[in-house]
Amino acid sequence: MNALYSLIIVLALVVIPLLGAGAAGWHTLFGIAVPYIAFVVFVLGFIYRVVDWGRSAVPFRITTTAGQQESHAWIKSSKLDNPSTTWGVVLRMILEVLLFRSLFRNTRVQLKDGPKLSYGSAKWLWLGALAFHASFFIILIRHMRFFTEPVPLPFQWLDKLDSILQVGVPVLYLTEVAILAALLYLFLRRVIDPKMRYISLASDYFPLFLIFGIVISGVLMRYFIRTDIIAVKEMTMGLVTLNPTIPENIGVIFYVHLFLVSALLVYFPWSKLMHLGGVFLSPTRNLANNSRMQRHINPWNYPVKVHTYEEWEDHYRDAMKEAGIPVEKE
Amino acid sequence: MSKLPSSDTLAATIDYHPPRKSWMQVQPEFRPGTWSYPANPKNLKIMDFPNPREWSPTDDDWKLPENWQEIIYEGFKDRLKKYRSLKVFMDICVRCGACADKCHYFIGSGDPKNMPVLRAELLRSIYRKDFTTVGKILCSLSGSRSLTEDVIKEWFLYFYQCSECRRCSLFCPYGIDTAEVTMMGRELLNLLGLNINWVMEPVANCFRVGNHLGIPPHTFKEIVDFMCEDIEEVSGVKVEPPLNKKGAEILFVTPSGDYFADPGTYTFMGYLMLFHELGLDYTMSTYASEGGNFGLFTSAEAMKRLNAKIYAEAKRLGVKWILGGECGHMWRVINQYMDTMNGPADFLEVPRNPLTGTVFNNARATKMVHITEFTDDLIQHGILNFDPSRNDDLVVTYHDSCNPSRAMGLFEEPRNVIKSVCNHFYEMPIQTIREQTFCCGSGSGLNNEEFMEMRMRGGMPRANAVKHVHDTYGVNMLSCICAIDRAAFPPLMEYWVPEVDVCGVHELVANALVMRGEKERELNLRSEPLPGKEG
Repeated sequence: MNALYSLIIVLALVVIPLLGAGAAGWHTLFGIAVPYIAFVVFVLGFIYRVVDWGRSAVPFRITTTAGQQESHAWIKSSKLDNPSTTWGVVLRMILEVLLFRSLFRNTRVQLKDGPKLSYGSAKWLWLGALAFHASFFIILIRHMRFFTEPVPLPFQWLDKLDSILQVGVPVLYLTEVAILAALLYLFLRRVIDPKMRYISLASDYFPLFLIFGIVISGVLMRYFIRTDIIAVKEMTMGLVTLNPTIPENIGVIFYVHLFLVSALLVYFPWSKLMHLGGVFLSPTRNLANNSRMQRHINPWNYPVKVHTYEEWEDHYRDAMKEAGIPVEKE
Repeated sequence: MSKLPSSDTLAATIDYHPPRKSWMQVQPEFRPGTWSYPANPKNLKIMDFPNPREWSPTDDDWKLPENWQEIIYEGFKDRLKKYRSLKVFMDICVRCGACADKCHYFIGSGDPKNMPVLRAELLRSIYRKDFTTVGKILCSLSGSRSLTEDVIKEWFLYFYQCSECRRCSLFCPYGIDTAEVTMMGRELLNLLGLNINWVMEPVANCFRVGNHLGIPPHTFKEIVDFMCEDIEEVSGVKVEPPLNKKGAEILFVTPSGDYFADPGTYTFMGYLMLFHELGLDYTMSTYASEGGNFGLFTSAEAMKRLNAKIYAEAKRLGVKWILGGECGHMWRVINQYMDTMNGPADFLEVPRNPLTGTVFNNARATKMVHITEFTDDLIQHGILNFDPSRNDDLVVTYHDSCNPSRAMGLFEEPRNVIKSVCNHFYEMPIQTIREQTFCCGSGSGLNNEEFMEMRMRGGMPRANAVKHVHDTYGVNMLSCICAIDRAAFPPLMEYWVPEVDVCGVHELVANALVMRGEKERELNLRSEPLPGKEG
């Protein structure tokens, strides 16, 4: 049901520009107002969320240690998985953010008769997640050619690299294949694995379908429903130079693509997609395991009621004296 | 206490397929063996905790304070400000499912709400409703729900079915730590007077008497004297451990489980023999007679109130540094909380081993050293003489306790020690040790009798790995560095792998330790004949 609701919402998001920009012809609204509003909501929303997290305190160093601590000279410590220095933390975070190191550890439990438990390697999720995120990132960068003139060389190189197979006209991008495959995998595991189906919310399916819609509309535009690319670039350059124009000859499919991207931008800061920002702020990963070496300050540390030695001895003094245990007050 | 099914029957009930109904529609079920008894009101009064009363989870009416919803709302809000961890963990989970089959309680029960992701969703669903705009508008579509008494009951059931072992946090791509979520959940429950006695009695005892088990100073001394007699009987050496000795160099603090029941007591005897052999200038305290800290399983404030004694006593006695015994969660508190809560310990010196000159730089702020760090240092410097053949009847494996593993990273030190004192040592499978270690199933205050079924379920992954090395290498001794382990493993082994016994690392050390002036040893610390002396 959750999946169905999400699908219906995404389909509605496709219909809106079809009607608005297509049938009704409100090009200024869909080509200029919506993307601008979406961009502003995204940027301000993202900043607000990160600042909001930042306003909460970090009272303790609760690093998850995944390797040997810094110890004696004869013990090799795990500088990456149990960092005691800032550099170690930076490296750990880089591997976490770029290569999904924790996910790479994933195992799958199997219970056989006996009972016998085994823990098999389970790297598909890691591969699927990495394929999705890396493709998304490359596609995003590749799109910079629509927002720059002249297009800087690195963007051109990336474009060449992504189309290195030289298959089809126009040439096929590797990332398009990869992101579609990854999205399909991420969706299928949610509906096929009963555990995954059980934990999945509508807000887990919605971004999958939305991004699916963005990719499909992009692919359609490039290979099947030809759009005047010169006109599109004229429009995107207009947007980025704050001098928006609406050229003729832009097919409605482009408005669909743009509207879905706008929807993603608006949705992003208020959703689980904020893991993009949150992963950097996760205290179990971004802190060094060094609170036995260096004092960490808890900003809200406050005095508490304790049972003092004096109160305690008052209670036990006689028994202690009888047992021959030293006391403060005779 | 409910009747425990046989291990085969229990294993046959495990099914990893969740029910058809959405989890929000499944009501919590208080089946005997899966929940712990509520706290005795007298223990709450000792700690000045709210809402002390008699109640039971099986009652319809939990006698919550009238404004309980407001209390939870305000408590939640307060903690979102105080803990970035909570706020971030509430916001960024994508429900990728990587954690789902990492929890020992899920593996052993198949109850989907024991999947770490769902355990956190129990809290998250309320967070979304009360603290996010989207959640308020979209309701169940965004995974939010209203706070009802049933939600509170569900929290109580499942936050006391989590041992805060942090295994899931290892696999989470964002490091979401269910221990942190459970700790916050328990703090909120505590605001309503919902706590379990197996946590609150140790907390109250520790606060009032000085240790979890409520052993008063004179009884502590008696116990120690008994142990000294046993040591003399086994080794012929008379040890005289100092209590509350002012001006000693080192304060030694260990969990009270070590001097309360077997097999922990043998570990405690091991410490005493080691310190005697070294001629260490140390003292124990009858005021700070607890290393463990069940406050960790209650609230940050309770943890601080109990932990404060250690530094206070170190200051009163005028010691230079502190040595800590074999305990699991105690070391999470020392490594990640102690100095922050109750420091700075500027009245102490950076710990330095008086026998080797080694400076324990990794403890330079907190000034507290783990006993296996200490013993490993002695061994590396050749200070100790061992006869490992005295442990030759033992085929040993080692259980990494959750907290020293995932909240500290203490892996090589205990292994170095064990390998120096035992000839037969075998590791369990790699997915079940070191940072991936499995909980004993009884951590975080859940090692009570009435919770036995869940303990056996949660301990199954650990027991299963022990069974593997038992079948493969003939392992007959499970060593560990945790007092809860030493209390929880004997029944767990009895249930799943009856041929395997349990010991602390310093029991093995003391068995192998060749002491000056000792008689020819015939018996181990358990007063059983040593290998070759059975005649």
